Amino acid sequence: MTPPAAPASAFDAPSFSTSRFRAEREADWIAFDLLLTKLEKKGAAALTSAELLQLPLLYRATLSSLSIARATSLDKALLDHLEALSIRGYFLIYGVRESRWNRLRRFILYDWPAAIRSVWKETVIISLIILLGALTSYSLVSSNPEWYFNFVDEEMSGGRDPRATAEYLQSTLGHGKAVAGESESGLHIFATYLFTHNSRVSILSFALGFAFGVPTMMLEYYQGIGLGAMIAVFAGKGLGYDFGGWLFIHGTTELFAAALSGAAGLRIGTAVVFPGARRRLQAASEAGRTAGKVMVGVIIMLFAAGLLEGFGRQLITDTPLRYAIGSLMLLFWLGYYYIPRREDAA
Amino acid sequence: MTAAAANAKSRAARAKKIRQFITPEGVDLELKIAGSGLRFGALLIDLMLIAFALFLFSLAMLWVGFAAQSDVTVVVWMLGAFVLRTFWFVGFELGSRAATPGKRIMGIRVVARDGGRLTADAVVARNLIRELELFLPLMMLGVGASDDMVSGWTMAAGILWSLTLSLFLLFNRDRMRMGDLIAGTWVVMAQRVKLDADIATGTAGEAMLFSESELAVYGIFELQELERVLRGNDPRAMREVADAIRAKIGRAIAEEDDVFLLSYYRQLKARLERKLLFGKRREDKYASD
Repeated sequence: MTPPAAPASAFDAPSFSTSRFRAEREADWIAFDLLLTKLEKKGAAALTSAELLQLPLLYRATLSSLSIARATSLDKALLDHLEALSIRGYFLIYGVRESRWNRLRRFILYDWPAAIRSVWKETVIISLIILLGALTSYSLVSSNPEWYFNFVDEEMSGGRDPRATAEYLQSTLGHGKAVAGESESGLHIFATYLFTHNSRVSILSFALGFAFGVPTMMLEYYQGIGLGAMIAVFAGKGLGYDFGGWLFIHGTTELFAAALSGAAGLRIGTAVVFPGARRRLQAASEAGRTAGKVMVGVIIMLFAAGLLEGFGRQLITDTPLRYAIGSLMLLFWLGYYYIPRREDAA
Repeated sequence: MTAAAANAKSRAARAKKIRQFITPEGVDLELKIAGSGLRFGALLIDLMLIAFALFLFSLAMLWVGFAAQSDVTVVVWMLGAFVLRTFWFVGFELGSRAATPGKRIMGIRVVARDGGRLTADAVVARNLIRELELFLPLMMLGVGASDDMVSGWTMAAGILWSLTLSLFLLFNRDRMRMGDLIAGTWVVMAQRVKLDADIATGTAGEAMLFSESELAVYGIFELQELERVLRGNDPRAMREVADAIRAKIGRAIAEEDDVFLLSYYRQLKARLERKLLFGKRREDKYASD
């Protein structure tokens, strides 16, 4: 240090002063702040090309200001401002690289089917579980109809139980005049209810996945149980073929979606239990992202199923046609998901 | 425990919430993890906004329904409610601020833990898990209230289990929800800080002069506390701090508090910054000069 000088002179001439530093650079910070605000409010399209060129320059200037200020300045307000500004700038500049439209396009063309393909093992397992559930309840109910009441909720079945006559059951499938006419007005409401309800169950079976996948499997098994019990009732009255058509037209989409949501959950569960060479946290987050994509697809599929159920099934009462549509939908999904495409190589 | 140790300890605790986050340019942004209180507040605000939006939407649909004499509005209402409930969080977090209105008000946002960009699938994953964290405990409570089938103990176990899911974020250092864990995200502070006027410039700085030994008693921590008090401009706080400093350096009360504090602040800051240029960083008054 210099020999003890008069304090006044030491104060008058600091070799570095925050004020000078600030005066030199403040204009850049303000300009950057304004650009960011514009970007946040209106998106990249609102910026002129000159502003777009300026953006990275101002960003770097702000980051360098931050580094210098951290090393040399003690003005807390200044430091906080620069930190907040840099954080905002970083996430905007590194965050938005694609327009929403491009994101959507890429999601539909590549990401969605790729995610579904990557969970194919889990999908097979969940499908088998649903099938197992259906077989269990089918065999139990067909040997003793009393079992039915253990599996299916009184309200959900709406009179479709072993006590009902074949005519009544037939009418619930949309062939008979009376019931179809009376319930027509409420049907689209019912379909919407089913869509939202099914989406909720799917989201739940996905979300439960991280508990090592066990609750997911139970939920899917339970879905199969309800299905099998219904089939047993209708098949018992000789209506198996018609019921199949009634179920098929939307069921291929809906059950596929249910299986996929379970698969997404199971993917997370297995990643948590068996992370492999990766760290457990990393494995979970990778699985979570894949599963997230699958789930967006599942909700879109359930929406399609809801439309088929609400409108397709009411308008089309011809059983072979119902089978045809259901099969077409199934083929469509299978083709869309599992036919490999070029982007996969990358 | 000595005062110095206590001080260091409290500082370390605060520092714990700061995480290294290095940009490609090599600058550490020092992100601060958002506290659980802020996040709970943000959630409450969002839920209230959702409820309010649903209320308005219901009124509109009722009105349209009566006017049109059709029950299509019921369908629209159900779909609208579903979309609102499921995609409120996803929609807002996909935006450029990566924050719902509640989060914005609280000054927090979602970021990807690996420093990359926040992808849509991560946002979807973290928010679909929310369904479970929010509604499972409620569902359990609902079932317990309506059904006598399950015993009290089973109920308690169920609620406890679902609560550990919901309160998961309290049990880890990074305040991650289950959804954050699955999606690989963090919630961090993202307040906008307005650039305040520089209080070190102006004319009042040389109103009184302090000697080297009078300035040598404090470090950076005290300087920034002093800055906070000066910016707060609360006469009572200023009186307290001014008295404390006067007692410490042994000066008689001879001038206005704000003039005294401002002069002291400016000269202390100039001194500490000059030292910084020589590579000497003095964290607080307990550190040696």
